[in-house]
Amino acid sequence: MQRIGVFVCWCGTNIAATVDVAKVAETLKSEPGVVFATDYQYMCSASGQEIIKNAIKEHNLTGVVICSCSPRMHEATFRKTVQAAGINPYMLEIANIREQCSWIHKDKEEATEKAIILGRAAIAKVHLNAPLTSMESPVVKRALVIGGGIAGIQTALDIADAGFEVDIVEKQPTIGGKMAQLDKTFPTLDCAACILTPKMVDAGSNDKVNLYTYCEVDKVEGFVGNFKVTIKQKPRYVDATKCTGCGECTTKCPSRKNPNEFNMGFDNRGAVYIPFAQAVPKVATIDPDDCIYMKTGKCGLCAKVCTAGAINYEQKEEFITKEYGAIVVATGYNQIKPTEFEEYGYNNYKDVVTSLEFERLMNAAGPTGGHLLRPSNGKEPKKIVFVQCVGSRGQSCRDKSYCSKICCMYTAKHAMLVKDHYPDVDVTVFYIDVRTPGKNFDEFYRRAVEEFGVHYIKGMVGKVEEEDGVLKVQASDLLANAQIHMDADMVVLAAAIEPDKSARPLATMLTASMDTNDFFTEAHAKLRPVESPTAGIFLSGTCQGPKDIPETVSQASACAAKVIGLLAKDHLLCNPCVAHSNETLCNGCSTCANVCPYGAITYEDRLVMDKGVRETRRIAVVNEAVCQGCGACTVTCPSGAMDLKGFANRQIMAEVDAICR
Amino acid sequence: MKYSYYPGCTLKTKAKELNNYAIRSAAALGIEMEEVENWQCCGGVYTASTDEIATKLSSVRALAQARDKGQDLLTLCSACHNVIKRTNNEILNNEDFSMKVNNYMGSDMQYHGETKVVHYLEMLRDVVGFDTLKSKVVNPLKNKKIAAYYGCLLLRPGEVMAMDDPENPQIMEDFIKAIGATPVIFAQRNECCGGYQTLNDKSIAQSRSEKVVSSAVKQGADCIITACPLCRYNLEANAVTELPVIYFTELLAQALGVKEVQ
Repeated sequence: MQRIGVFVCWCGTNIAATVDVAKVAETLKSEPGVVFATDYQYMCSASGQEIIKNAIKEHNLTGVVICSCSPRMHEATFRKTVQAAGINPYMLEIANIREQCSWIHKDKEEATEKAIILGRAAIAKVHLNAPLTSMESPVVKRALVIGGGIAGIQTALDIADAGFEVDIVEKQPTIGGKMAQLDKTFPTLDCAACILTPKMVDAGSNDKVNLYTYCEVDKVEGFVGNFKVTIKQKPRYVDATKCTGCGECTTKCPSRKNPNEFNMGFDNRGAVYIPFAQAVPKVATIDPDDCIYMKTGKCGLCAKVCTAGAINYEQKEEFITKEYGAIVVATGYNQIKPTEFEEYGYNNYKDVVTSLEFERLMNAAGPTGGHLLRPSNGKEPKKIVFVQCVGSRGQSCRDKSYCSKICCMYTAKHAMLVKDHYPDVDVTVFYIDVRTPGKNFDEFYRRAVEEFGVHYIKGMVGKVEEEDGVLKVQASDLLANAQIHMDADMVVLAAAIEPDKSARPLATMLTASMDTNDFFTEAHAKLRPVESPTAGIFLSGTCQGPKDIPETVSQASACAAKVIGLLAKDHLLCNPCVAHSNETLCNGCSTCANVCPYGAITYEDRLVMDKGVRETRRIAVVNEAVCQGCGACTVTCPSGAMDLKGFANRQIMAEVDAICR
Repeated sequence: MKYSYYPGCTLKTKAKELNNYAIRSAAALGIEMEEVENWQCCGGVYTASTDEIATKLSSVRALAQARDKGQDLLTLCSACHNVIKRTNNEILNNEDFSMKVNNYMGSDMQYHGETKVVHYLEMLRDVVGFDTLKSKVVNPLKNKKIAAYYGCLLLRPGEVMAMDDPENPQIMEDFIKAIGATPVIFAQRNECCGGYQTLNDKSIAQSRSEKVVSSAVKQGADCIITACPLCRYNLEANAVTELPVIYFTELLAQALGVKEVQ
């Protein structure tokens, strides 16, 4: 018989306001095997832990039940506590009476009864717990960063700085991401390229950083410390080791009607192209959908002009497999195309543009050389209307429910830059709220209003239509309670941002969780913001939620710190709650191996002694270093041979029995 | 296919042609429209006050009668459609409203939202099908540039009416293509005509209607089609710019060759 101690936490008022904690402790005292029970304000605090340690020693406890918050919160804390007092950490069970009880109930009597039942279930389980010992697994001292925008670059540089090797996988032909497309950056108005391109060069030249551009992650196997990742190198049709980036091919290519993605389609590029002058690596790429030679077999001009002999139309995709200790997700965002927002006329009128398109129109390296011109007629606009929250903060199916966070500030920036370059242009911003929390942010917005005379009107635009080359804007002014009709030469839509489309399949590959908007979920919203709940997966930048550049860079560095902390270890303790098969029950049917998401199950022929008969049987064997203890095999096994240490079928049944008692 | 049909007051008085051409065209397409017995006025517009029950009872009676016959309820006038469909939706989703309504209705006519409300245009699209309609057209309206005017009641609120995208509707344009004409897209097609403001403050209806008609004229439309008698009135009487405003059923009957048949 175990000697069990029960510790009921108040969690301040979080639990105690809805659950009669004293009654829970008192009632559970009479459960079989319970020799001690108490309650305390904060069990996780130093003095709370001291109570647990003292009770273990005083009452010679062999098992501990803590009725508190979710085990995801403090299981690790309490395991350390009981271990310090001499008990195996796996002789601890947590009854979650906060998230699963006090937080979701209002009636104190009901909640108290439920807390008692949950405690009883945990006690029943502890009776069947056995001490478990963690094995160790080595750590591969290399990190993979998926995504080569400012987030990925910063994380990679910081990891490299600590002396670890790091690979960046970027699906585009160059690193740089969205920031490379921006003109100026708020709130200091320094040019994006001037601060980004040196970092790109650093990443390209750092011997600890390897760039895998025009590549995608194809497959991820393994677990924290020991990931095995297959990277797909898409064919560039240009030998990157020979290409000097001279650009001769890009100027000679006769296929010229391909929209230039970097300039948001405002001008065209050749079929062979270098995205922009500061691209890293500066290597040409042939788009096979645009290339005349690849479509018809005629042309080949680029191969003729390339003095380095780098053009290779026969190039095939390649797969590279490498091992990593940690994986960083930095897949970034895209701005939505507001095609569903017909009222703003984006589909019909060229002078209605998104803010990212506007960045290119303002950018000195953009299609107009930084001269702001109306896309419809190439003339200077005299009146510009900015519309905020297009697709953000809405409730309809075409809207994102969240705030895209960066729009208020970049619109203030756009408005200010327009007024700075063209003081006679009339600029109006329609907003729901102006949100400028951030260092020097509100001052920046106020400068736009007070110094530059940008008109801010609280209210939304209901309709944009073109009449004789002028955009007629119909809007509401909520403060004046009036309908407004206003002419504009250009309308700029601050369209919502959303996670990159590659994020969802990647999350599946990584078994990392996402929210309903496809943003990656952090392990704890406040206390573990750069880690995914999946061990060894880290989050950097806007893949986790909308962020501006300063915030992205801080998070990227925080993420690097976490990765470095992991890579600095030589070994990791494995989770001992892993599956194992009972060789007398296993019939080698392979059902478990088919459902195992980690590839942890193999088979071996083993001599088995069963009911006095010696025979060789095919038996499932679990690689304990690979098994993550998900339990899929245990419920799949038709003969009940698979079981999970720490979560054995009989332990779970004992819990159910205790609940139903 | 046989529908219970709710015509509404205006279709029996000022907008007879909207009604008559609809019935004739439906017959030509193999659709029977059985008028609901003793229907009453829908109330004109869906009153925004949620505690207003009495004005919605006529809709409920029509809905209940259709249910008893096992038929969908077909509507034609935009305003009637809006009132009846929203009332039906409210009964389905608002328990309190449903209870109050049924307290008024009496035990022999309890109603719980069983009937499906179908607009004539939806019937053309989803039951007849625009492809089938196209094959039955005998007088295609070639070379006619038609501006479809939706107004506000036909499509909004979008999630309740669920007919089409309220900002970028397609159904009337597809109808125009099916009868062989060319649709003209104009920005004001889903904006308000001024509605009943014509009684209250005529200048509002005048400026709204003028915006709509001139916007259609600028896009080169030969005429405007609508499903709403009030829209037609405003566009004809309150806009300065002149452009023929026709019920869509009239062009349908013309295309199907049943316009002149009595």
